[in-house]
Amino acid sequence: MNISNRIIVTPLGAGQDVGRSCILITIGNRNIMLDCGMHMGYQDERKFPDFSYITSDGNITDIIDCVIISHFHLDHCGALSYLTEHLGYHGPIYMTHPTKAIAPILLEDMRKHLVEYEEEAKYFTSSAIRDCMKKVTAVNLHEVVTVKEDIELKAYYAGHVLGAAMFYIKVGNDSVVYTGDFSMTPDRHLGAAWIDKCRPTLLITESTYATTIRDSKRCRERDFLKNVHECIDRGGKVLIPIFALGRAQELCILIDTYWDRMGLKVPVYFAAGLTEKANSYYKMFITWTNQKVRQTFVHRNMFDFKHIKPFDKTYMHNPGPMVVFATPGMLHAGLSLNIFKKWAPDEKNMLIVPGYCVSGTVGNKVLSGSKKIEAEPNKFIDVKMSVEYLSFSAHADGKGIIQLIKNCEPQNVLLVHGEEEKMKFLRAKIMQEFNINCYMPANGETVEIETANIHTFNMSTKLVKEILDDQSNNLGNGKRLVHGAFLLKNGSSNLNAMSVKDTFKELDIQRHTLRFTCTVEIKESSTIQKTKTKLYNMLENNLPIFKNKLTMSDGSISLASILVTVEDSMDNNKKKIVISWANEDEPLGNHVLEMLQNMSKSD
Amino acid sequence: MKVYCLSEDPNKPCFVIKLKSVTIMLDCGLSAHSVLNFLPLYPIPDWKPNKAAAWIPKNFSDPQIEGELNECMTNQVLVNSAPEFMTPLTKLVDFADIDVILVSNYMTMLALPFITENTGFKGVVYMTEPTLHIGKLFLEELVDFVEQSPKPNVAKYWKEILHLLPPPLCNSFKPHTWKQLYSLAQVNSSLTRVQMISYDQKIEITGALTVTAVSSGYCLGSSNWVIYLESKKLVYVSNTSTLTTHPRPMDQVNLKNADLMLLSSLTQAPAANPDSMLGELCLSVAVTLRNNGSVLIPCYPSGVVYDLFECLSSHLDSTALGQIPMYFISPVAHSSLEYSNILAEWLSQSKQNKVYFPEEPFPHAQLVKSGRLKHFKHVYTDDLWNDLRQPCVVFCGHPSLRFGDVVHFVEYWGTNPQNTIIFTEPEFPYLEALAPFQPLSMKAMHCPIDTSMNFTQANKMIKDLKPAVLILPECYAIPPAGFGHKNEFVIDQVDRKVLTIKRGEVISEKLDIKTVNVPFTTEMVVSVTLNELQSGLKASKFTAVLDTKDNKYKLDILRDDLLANKTTEPYLLETLFKKTYEWGQLDIDRFLRALTNEGVSDPKIEHNTHGYTIHLKSEDTLIQVDDKSTHIFCEKMDKNWRLKLRSIVMECLNSF
Repeated sequence: MNISNRIIVTPLGAGQDVGRSCILITIGNRNIMLDCGMHMGYQDERKFPDFSYITSDGNITDIIDCVIISHFHLDHCGALSYLTEHLGYHGPIYMTHPTKAIAPILLEDMRKHLVEYEEEAKYFTSSAIRDCMKKVTAVNLHEVVTVKEDIELKAYYAGHVLGAAMFYIKVGNDSVVYTGDFSMTPDRHLGAAWIDKCRPTLLITESTYATTIRDSKRCRERDFLKNVHECIDRGGKVLIPIFALGRAQELCILIDTYWDRMGLKVPVYFAAGLTEKANSYYKMFITWTNQKVRQTFVHRNMFDFKHIKPFDKTYMHNPGPMVVFATPGMLHAGLSLNIFKKWAPDEKNMLIVPGYCVSGTVGNKVLSGSKKIEAEPNKFIDVKMSVEYLSFSAHADGKGIIQLIKNCEPQNVLLVHGEEEKMKFLRAKIMQEFNINCYMPANGETVEIETANIHTFNMSTKLVKEILDDQSNNLGNGKRLVHGAFLLKNGSSNLNAMSVKDTFKELDIQRHTLRFTCTVEIKESSTIQKTKTKLYNMLENNLPIFKNKLTMSDGSISLASILVTVEDSMDNNKKKIVISWANEDEPLGNHVLEMLQNMSKSD
Repeated sequence: MKVYCLSEDPNKPCFVIKLKSVTIMLDCGLSAHSVLNFLPLYPIPDWKPNKAAAWIPKNFSDPQIEGELNECMTNQVLVNSAPEFMTPLTKLVDFADIDVILVSNYMTMLALPFITENTGFKGVVYMTEPTLHIGKLFLEELVDFVEQSPKPNVAKYWKEILHLLPPPLCNSFKPHTWKQLYSLAQVNSSLTRVQMISYDQKIEITGALTVTAVSSGYCLGSSNWVIYLESKKLVYVSNTSTLTTHPRPMDQVNLKNADLMLLSSLTQAPAANPDSMLGELCLSVAVTLRNNGSVLIPCYPSGVVYDLFECLSSHLDSTALGQIPMYFISPVAHSSLEYSNILAEWLSQSKQNKVYFPEEPFPHAQLVKSGRLKHFKHVYTDDLWNDLRQPCVVFCGHPSLRFGDVVHFVEYWGTNPQNTIIFTEPEFPYLEALAPFQPLSMKAMHCPIDTSMNFTQANKMIKDLKPAVLILPECYAIPPAGFGHKNEFVIDQVDRKVLTIKRGEVISEKLDIKTVNVPFTTEMVVSVTLNELQSGLKASKFTAVLDTKDNKYKLDILRDDLLANKTTEPYLLETLFKKTYEWGQLDIDRFLRALTNEGVSDPKIEHNTHGYTIHLKSEDTLIQVDDKSTHIFCEKMDKNWRLKLRSIVMECLNSF
């Protein structure tokens, strides 16, 4: 019997980094890939996870047993079509229904940007994306999916974006929870992440905001609206670079209700032509939104916006104030970058970045204070517009991560999807607070976690019943003392446990009873009955632990296999006590004998 | 385990099973068949045709019965009172003892408030998300129908003189147990006890057993149930369909090789093929419309009605009747249509795929957008009458024709012979349903559509799934009246143990669980050393600690700290730890040699019928030995001697 197993984790991406999430785990001899993302900050091979780690060993489908995608953000699913259509992976892929619906749209969106700006867009054809998505199996929350007979998957609600899920993965006795990106606080359209006490062997959690304790959402919403309002009041244009789906819907709800309340007339546009389509997804997957949106959807669908109109490229040259939501969110390409280039030099204008921008993107550079941006080779732009970073991206903060650990009670924690320094801080905190191991491997670095191998045996229900019926073996706190025997038949892999009596029967051997009988005379002039009662009381007081096994009948007192009888002695002032016990109760029998001998001596 | 049957109608099932210490209710169907005995409730109060005359039994006069009974034109006698329903039997099981209720689909939960409200019920109700959403609509619609035309009087006395009443009223089944409907407040309170689950989710119940819902293919979110208790598997099959309609297909795999299967809710129209009925319906709708008549289809607010929208609209398109409007009238019509479009995960693959585009999964969403399908809350809303264009098709409830907006339409359109009423819900005999409205000029068609399995499909399924024991409603073992002795309407009772059950009965079935699977800790595994005691059999005694917290077992070694608070006395610890089990026969020669070695020189051996007696006079000790035992009578008060003797005896015996 193997005493221990191992869980092996190797991040190919998102190890001490944000972007191109891709984590390989080996659990119970199964290899599972968690997410298959793309790095938005790089244009070279660093854009993809380091697949050579697996492909160098041969056929990728033989190596990877299944792929799980946590949500539709490109840093979590962007490399999926590359994996399936270029590297030829054709094994199972799992994601939730909304992810399956929305991921191809974002992939397609990205493809367009790549085609526009890059040579090597050949992996990204529309048909490749379609073919890739055909290989995907959609799962429901909490449904237990069995893959290849021994892998169990279960998705939990993660908040973050529509359809985002945390995955519980179990093979044999070992289990892993992978959070993907999650959010522990509900927002205007999504609920908070939820997981039960599933006690995984390992929790792999994101740690984007590992060190941040975030202020209240209300404050950020107020700041956002204040900034927007001030900018349009001074006649400026507001650019909000954003993913078409996700945070966009939350901010649109926010702006739409604000415009309604304040009676504002300044145009609000949503670019990319995705609005209506995107909102249709939200309408049809309304069961994935929060309680309030779900309960009111029949009468008023939150995703029917009154004030937000589709954007046309030509509008960016229009005079006067306006608010524009444009994709992509990190200003790394496409329309949002074009608008930025046009509006950046005017100080009346404003850029509000509502999400995380990975390093290398224009968004990241602007946010880190660069006032001259090389948007195209040798072409610099002066950034005079005001720049605001208001983090609406829904990641759990340090407190939220700690809360999740409390909720699911893992035996080990591994941090991904964060920055090294912040991870170190959180790791120390986790190890201190929970007294468990916490790992934070870099990309390509492997962590091995020893896990106890749980063996099982078959216990006869008869023995279980005997144990539960006998109070004398109750050690408290649900623990029971058990005497029994294991029996293993040749050729059987099942170890059986049963009572000793049944073991003899099964073994077909004759039990041999070894008994002792001793006699003690004590000074006692009362009747036999009274003497017996006296002895009974003495045993009851001295051996409280066996109280339930102690009985008195006409002839004798019995305690487990011990029998005590009282007889008249030749001497009227004395009684003869006969005590007898079976060998299995030798220590106890001897103890009772000594008690009687002490009585006799003290007389 | 015990199975209790609480319902007399297998299509409104309600069973309770007691397993280990857990009490589970399977479904809680509400039988509305009783409402046929009541006068219809008119949704528009001042529009009440009086076709029924007061009635009292002949040669009988008692003021208490006055006003309770009416006779309609077909001579049928009906009760003038708020309608009453047949609820699950209350005497057999105390609802306060129920730990969980498993609800298979929205049709089998309509008695839920009767179970959970004011009964001391403390348990949890499990159902899928669609079952909850749509079930809520069914409950709300039912309450709305009954409450919109309140009856001030509650007739009771007729139940006392049942023997004086004409059929079918006199054949009423236990009318004393009939109950008036619950209130909306009770519905809402009842639904707060619901916990939503997914298909294939494993739900642990008190740590003792695991329950899983699997798709049954009957309607949105409909389930069958698999219950695991240790190595045993029980399945409960409720409404199940093997046909391809809008719901996710049935999952057979998880139902295979059960130790016990409980079957209920087969089709209520065993002689009717749903496909050909649907065909007939489409044809007669087209004929009626072409003759300038309108069509009334009594229906429930979800389920088959979605398929009717889809099939009928495409049939009308193909017969150049595409401009004919369809009206869906129900207090929950709008919600039903909206919900149907947000439950993609629970739909057939082809409907599910549509949302990826994204398009609404049901064509009726498009029909609503284009204005061909219109929905209204009530027949008495002005909006409806401003909009209503005839000829048209109207879908509305309730299929019993005793309450709901349909009552108005039967009266309103009934006088026109060009109109047609088409019955698709098989639950109510249509002629009985129409009785209080007679005479009618409108045509009546009976096209029962029940997608639940028929007997042939059920027999095939049972054969494939191979349950060891099958429990059936009694009526599934007997051919139904009116169908002669046709075996195609019974469940085969071959190849396995089959038990039948009916209302008020209890079946005890031994599950015979011999072992439970228990994990042990690493230390415990290491501590076990098996010795071969017989050829092919290895054994090892153990003293260990069984953790039984939360009904979940785990075996661990006995750790000192566990006993620390119990005792520190060494004798007790030894008693608890050092058990030995001797076997075989005493090796007498070895024993005597050992005694000599110890300096005991005077053993005197006497043989008797069972064995022999050994006297050790110098040590004041007598030893009786036979094949099965050794008994030492030690008169010498010397512990050392006794323990020495003990170890000598034990050396001459086998032990483990």
